[in-house]
Amino acid sequence: MVCATSVKKRTVETKMANVDLTQMKAGQSGIVTEIHGGYGMTRKLDAMGIRLGVRITKVSGQIMRGPVVVRTGNTQVAIGFGMARRVVVEV
Amino acid sequence: MKKILLVGNPNVGKSVIFSRLTGVSVIASNYPGTTVEFSKGSIGSGEKKTDVIDVPGTYSLDPTSPAERVATEMIEQAIKEKNSIVIDILDATNLERNLNLTLQLLKKDIPIIVVLNLWDEAKHIGISIDVNRLQEILGVTIVPTVAITGQGIKELVGRLGEAKKGKYQYDDKERWHEIGRIIDEVQVIKHKHHTVGERLTDLTIHPWTGIPIAIIFLFLIFHAIRFIGEGLINLVFAPLFEGLWAPVMMKFSELIGVDSFFHKLLIGQLIEGQIDFGESFGVLTTGLFVPFGAVLPYIIAFYLVLSFLEDSGYLPRLAVLLDNTMHTIGLHGMATVPMFLACGCNVPGILATRILETRRERFIAATLMSIAIPCMAQTAMIFGLLGEYGPRGLVPVFVTLFMIWLVAGILMKLLVKGESPEIFTEIPSYRLPYFGILLKKVWMRIKWFLKEAVPFVLLGVFIVNILYTLGIIDILGNIAAPVVTKLLGLPREAAGVLMFGFLRKDLAVGMLAPLQLSMKQLIIASVVLTMYFPCVATFAVFLKELGIFDMIKAAIIMIVSAFLVGSLLNLIL
Repeated sequence: MVCATSVKKRTVETKMANVDLTQMKAGQSGIVTEIHGGYGMTRKLDAMGIRLGVRITKVSGQIMRGPVVVRTGNTQVAIGFGMARRVVVEV
Repeated sequence: MKKILLVGNPNVGKSVIFSRLTGVSVIASNYPGTTVEFSKGSIGSGEKKTDVIDVPGTYSLDPTSPAERVATEMIEQAIKEKNSIVIDILDATNLERNLNLTLQLLKKDIPIIVVLNLWDEAKHIGISIDVNRLQEILGVTIVPTVAITGQGIKELVGRLGEAKKGKYQYDDKERWHEIGRIIDEVQVIKHKHHTVGERLTDLTIHPWTGIPIAIIFLFLIFHAIRFIGEGLINLVFAPLFEGLWAPVMMKFSELIGVDSFFHKLLIGQLIEGQIDFGESFGVLTTGLFVPFGAVLPYIIAFYLVLSFLEDSGYLPRLAVLLDNTMHTIGLHGMATVPMFLACGCNVPGILATRILETRRERFIAATLMSIAIPCMAQTAMIFGLLGEYGPRGLVPVFVTLFMIWLVAGILMKLLVKGESPEIFTEIPSYRLPYFGILLKKVWMRIKWFLKEAVPFVLLGVFIVNILYTLGIIDILGNIAAPVVTKLLGLPREAAGVLMFGFLRKDLAVGMLAPLQLSMKQLIIASVVLTMYFPCVATFAVFLKELGIFDMIKAAIIMIVSAFLVGSLLNLIL
């Protein structure tokens, strides 16, 4: 029984999916694969250590399109909903 | 050496290191963007005296906010002037992100020395950094420090002479790649699981748990301020004034004679043969009582609580939770921080709007706080006057002000042109405030209040008495009577009160005391006094920060809405 659930879990995990930060669940982590934004946005994210290929973990989202909080390394960053929607991760 | 610039990411402890180096106290808190203006101090003496500058925090030399622009310009300036050095301060718990700025600095034509601050915390969470290897790679001296306890500061001072230009070469496009390589070489992180503490702290930022927690916290904050403020008044300040100062003043009153001009000026009117600190209105009675007896206890209470909040790291989390609310008034969550500061005094509130990115946001935030957020001094006086009516008297004032804040914000969001970007901020880890540093910060703020407020209040009471004696207030009262009496339903003497509100709002509220107003009139006067115009200190900083044009716009909004709201209150209450 225990075995079965863990196997099932693994199959879900190994199935790669691309989602944006707002679609991730709290506690889920993934690798940043796409950032759809201009120079300004990319630069801001970059300065906080969020860039392609980096692993980030979602800490929380807010109700009603509020900001998303993610953790990368030892840094937690709050990102507005609109910007969060333009960062795609592979989970 | 000409000057030393302290440069680093926001919230890495630059201001604490600055205080340690120079002995000059500056405000430091646990959120990014505490230092929005640079502070200057010096180190050494005589010939060897060198200026030390606490530069606002920046994540990169490619600035994204006004505070960051200030930082970048200051570094460029120092490079031009030659003979200066940079102390680059890094958060050792966040080496990877912090190295981004360091690598950019190493390309600049200026000698640097690197400090790894928060060294104890890094060790504590299982991060070890090979300092020698990092020194070899970067080619500059590195000193680990724990600024808050002073560890490593002496070594830093001793090794300032070792500052030199970096020799580390890399391709700018490959910067993060380079950083990754450096990190792999020098840093080992002991893997650890999410601790119970971390899980608990995460609860404060999840919506379903965070919002109830925030409501409880705000409730506690309010009651803590009232509890401490009232406690100080009842246990310390009231006994001091009633028990010690009143008898001295009564003796003095007998000495100079009740009818003399000096009696009127210094002691004021005796109420039923006694000194009434609220109503007598002499320089030495009410003039001293307003700042020391009524306002100071609440200032102490407010800054104790605020400083604790700042140092704990809770404010940025509150900012995330309130982000939606702030969007309805054209701002984002981080605007919560200046709004909080404004509850103490509008001046630091307006300065703190520099953490907002655009001019539109800064205009909206500064105008809203000048119009609808009474400073702690004024709040304390309003509590003093309306407190006897309980919630019946106080709730209408603060609910009205909150509604004005909201409505004016929504209108400005619609009408003020420009951009409002989204929240984008680092959330620092929680830290238990360091008691000594916290008390020092509270003391600095109290000192600032005493220096700014006491002379103004004393001068104000002095001028009030002179103008009354000369009959000028009566003349003004007659001129303004139609507006003040017909629209606002206040006695004509209130015109003088509005005039002195420009000098100090707490003094102006104090001037209402001898007028024997009804509860309704006190409510209207309190609201109008908050709204109609900023006090001179706020006015000056608004002008400096946003310019004459925005100041005029804001002033028109204030005057019009103050009389509109005042008249409405007069009709419906």
